[in-house]
Amino acid sequence: MEPVEGKAFMEQNKRSQVMKERHYWEEWTGRIYTSVCVVFLVAVIVSIVYFVASKGVATFAMNGVSLSEFFFGTKWSPDGEPASFGALPFITGSFAVTILAALIASPLSLCAALFMTEIVPKSGKRILQPAIELLSGIPSVVYGFVGLTVIVPLLRNVFGGQGIGILAGCLVLSVMILPTITSIMADALSSLPGGLRESSYALGATRWQTIARVIIPTLLPALLTGIILGMARAFGEALAVQMVIGNAPHIPSSLLESASTLTSVITLSMGNTAMGSVHNNALWSMALVLLLMTFIFVLLVRLLERRNRI
Amino acid sequence: MLKKWPFILMTLTMVFALAACGSGNNAAPQGDAAKGTEDKAAAELTGNILAVGSTALQPLVEQAGQKFMAVDKYKGIAVQVQGGGSGTGLTQVSGGQADIGNSDVFAKEKLESGADELVDHQVAVVAMSAVANPKVGVTDLKKDQLVQIFTGKITNWKQVGGADQKIVIVNRPSSSGTRATFEKYALGQKTEDLPGSIQEDSSGTVKKLIAETPGAIGYLALSYIDNTVTALKFDGVEANVENVEQGKYPVWAYEHMYTKGEPKEHVKAFLDYILSDEIQKSDVVDLGYIPVSGMQVKRDADGNITK
Repeated sequence: MEPVEGKAFMEQNKRSQVMKERHYWEEWTGRIYTSVCVVFLVAVIVSIVYFVASKGVATFAMNGVSLSEFFFGTKWSPDGEPASFGALPFITGSFAVTILAALIASPLSLCAALFMTEIVPKSGKRILQPAIELLSGIPSVVYGFVGLTVIVPLLRNVFGGQGIGILAGCLVLSVMILPTITSIMADALSSLPGGLRESSYALGATRWQTIARVIIPTLLPALLTGIILGMARAFGEALAVQMVIGNAPHIPSSLLESASTLTSVITLSMGNTAMGSVHNNALWSMALVLLLMTFIFVLLVRLLERRNRI
Repeated sequence: MLKKWPFILMTLTMVFALAACGSGNNAAPQGDAAKGTEDKAAAELTGNILAVGSTALQPLVEQAGQKFMAVDKYKGIAVQVQGGGSGTGLTQVSGGQADIGNSDVFAKEKLESGADELVDHQVAVVAMSAVANPKVGVTDLKKDQLVQIFTGKITNWKQVGGADQKIVIVNRPSSSGTRATFEKYALGQKTEDLPGSIQEDSSGTVKKLIAETPGAIGYLALSYIDNTVTALKFDGVEANVENVEQGKYPVWAYEHMYTKGEPKEHVKAFLDYILSDEIQKSDVVDLGYIPVSGMQVKRDADGNITK
């Protein structure tokens, strides 16, 4: 009997050895794969930031455009004599559409999120979730085209004027950022710390009192995170806005007059200008402004997250 | 300690690999291309052609490229066409990243340096016309009327004999080749961007906006004009192929395909193919361009016209 048992023991021992080796190699493959990806990712991020920054700074460092002209000048005529590079119209345009879009989209998103989590969680989620996911899947060209075909003529008929402009831009954008804000808010609402909602009901509060006095104040930082991420998306959106905003390089006197954003000017002119020319560098400076704004948005989100943790 | 080895090793490898990519990139393609032409010059042509630039010229080059690659003689040559705009095309051909740079304008109008090294191959002519919304009630504009409209001195259509309707200018961005051509040959001067004017780069969007916006005026290449917009006569001359060929209608520009220095053999074969009757008499005309062969006038970069 003994030799048989010994053999079985040996076999088992061998198998466990094999398993150990396999675990070891699997562990290694996993580590190597992850490390490669991380290194690659870091390299890409660093090179993007470096590329945009070096190009963007060249406008001021090499072409001698002054910072105050770029940020506060209202005249944009890169081909003029003398050329001027005032980017203020684009910066104001970008902020105007972003803030207005957030103002339109946030209340709607909050209501949708509350509807999905507090009011009728089951059926609400079944209807709204797919609809919102659908919205986020539509390409921005389609939004732009719908804006151009439906919203612009509508605004023209209702308010007169060109129909094209900041109002059309922020309407299109508000629809585009709805899914972002709604899904983040819904996630936050469903992660409400345990017992808060129930305690409120137990104290005799109505549903509206609970929502308004307990849920929203508690989750405010998380809800604001949703709004800020939505704004970041709106600030960076190019194609759809470019199609409906009109792109005149001036600060408009009304919401229905042609205006432009940083992104719309970049997409319009980048391909037409030769690399290394002042005009091209000025466009990269605008890209740098966009990048810095994104950093600020991310920073804000981080700060809010920290507040949320307490 | 032992467990950290793979990570450190991989990091080092990646860093070296990235460094190698950076320096290796520039040398490789040129070496290959040169070798390709030398070895196979006598026999069949092989090689890759990358044409980058003007979106206005892109459809023609793409279509010609497809036909070219289908020809038995040239089956060893692969043609790849990318858009990106005239500026991108000229920068890339000048920097050696592309074999051909497609452009709507002469290279020296766009590039600050390096334009002298580029060899110009004019493959087609594009004419453009001022177009207006059909309801403005004007079909003919004099040159100085156009100038006053685009400089903001005339702001209502009734000042040029049309309906009582505010003029909305649908322009191109100041860097656009189409705008450069229109300003140079129709207006004779550069114009500023006016407050309230609309700017779009895509001809399709421009046409849509002019067709739908009351009182709109803009300009389009002839191939884009249909009955949703009104093409305006220029000083009484209608924009059509005949008038352009005979030099009666001035608002037109060459479509250029630039190479850095004289083209390599396989690139030259492609350029010759585009200039052959097979493409010039069919595809060029079908796509709405005007064949260079039919032009009875020539024009240089400074706009001087010779018969």
